[in-house]
Amino acid sequence: MRDEAFTVLSQLVRDRSGLVLARDKEYLLESRLTPVARKHNYMTVEELAQALRRPAAPDVERDVVEAMTTNESFFFRDASAFKVLRETIFPALIAARSAKRELRIWSAACSSGQEPYSIAMMLDENRARLAGWRVEILATDLSTEMIARCRAGVYSHFEVQRGLPAQLLAKHFAKSGDGWVISPELRKAVDFRPFNLLHEPAGFGAFDVILCRNVLIYFDVDDKAKILNRMARMLAKDGALLLGGAETVLGVTDKLVHQSGLIGVFMPTPPPAPRLATAS
Amino acid sequence: MTKTCLIVDDSRTMRSFARIALAKLGFATEEAADGSLALEACRRSMPEVILLDWNMPNMNGIEFVKELRQTPGGGRPIVLFCTTENDVARIVEAIDSGADEYIMKPFDTDILASKLSLNGLI
Repeated sequence: MRDEAFTVLSQLVRDRSGLVLARDKEYLLESRLTPVARKHNYMTVEELAQALRRPAAPDVERDVVEAMTTNESFFFRDASAFKVLRETIFPALIAARSAKRELRIWSAACSSGQEPYSIAMMLDENRARLAGWRVEILATDLSTEMIARCRAGVYSHFEVQRGLPAQLLAKHFAKSGDGWVISPELRKAVDFRPFNLLHEPAGFGAFDVILCRNVLIYFDVDDKAKILNRMARMLAKDGALLLGGAETVLGVTDKLVHQSGLIGVFMPTPPPAPRLATAS
Repeated sequence: MTKTCLIVDDSRTMRSFARIALAKLGFATEEAADGSLALEACRRSMPEVILLDWNMPNMNGIEFVKELRQTPGGGRPIVLFCTTENDVARIVEAIDSGADEYIMKPFDTDILASKLSLNGLI
């Protein structure tokens, strides 16, 4: 791919989503944008890039950005993160919120929806304990196409077999043609909305848990810092942010602090203790 | 120590596919073409995992797993049903009969790895 074409495409993706594409990701552009080019009647990705140099139809630009920002996902991805949620984070929060009886969770880049639905299934295990509670799961993604897919809650034969125990498949899904559809109860439990992480999340409120796993690795440091600082402000002071197991906030923000012994778990940095006035 | 998986399926092609996939995941394998041969194999040496077809001659997968769980030491292997039967009622029947997991055919190595991982085997 010529430099010019690469620059046009990577700049568009960078401006709209924050995702930074290095030159070594050319193969990713080619493989993901070839179907987009064909869809819009361009013979090649280079032709598509050429067309995007002029003001293009918004749906072409949107399809390019969405194709580049969609990540593969599966149910209960990264067993250790869900173990920490099940055994440490949720029990602590449920105990701490017993008076308020409210729990708010945000899956900040939910892709095809497996992460928030996994959380909904996990909280369903605590259904008796959470009776009468207001439990909200907000799930957002840049891609409107993905959000529509999440809301439909239909997964393929292969998707329901990756990460999802058979007992949970039988409990929460029904056969639907060649695929499987998630139960109306779980679909109702998750509020799916399109949202760009680069934007100010107006009206989202505060959260007890935010999941933003394996997403910020694609952002440059400035955007990463903005997003993390915003999330730190949106977290309850005893809330938890879950990043990917290999992600860190070191050198990016001091508003979050890693929880020792819990891989990928960060909490808002406590405010400094007030200084005692010294008698002179 | 290398874990052993007993592949129980009347299809030679299926056993061959499973053998290759399991070898890639670091398992030693044994094979049986039906439930009764599989029971004999288990009585000789109990494997850590059993990949089990549903429809087979002589003794089907459901009959096998019920019998296995009554056999001394037969509570130990993780049993993964692996079948073309793919509705909720069949999954429930398999689990209620003593299986630990359920794989719907067709499947690939990623699915097999995921199911083994869910049961702490890899």
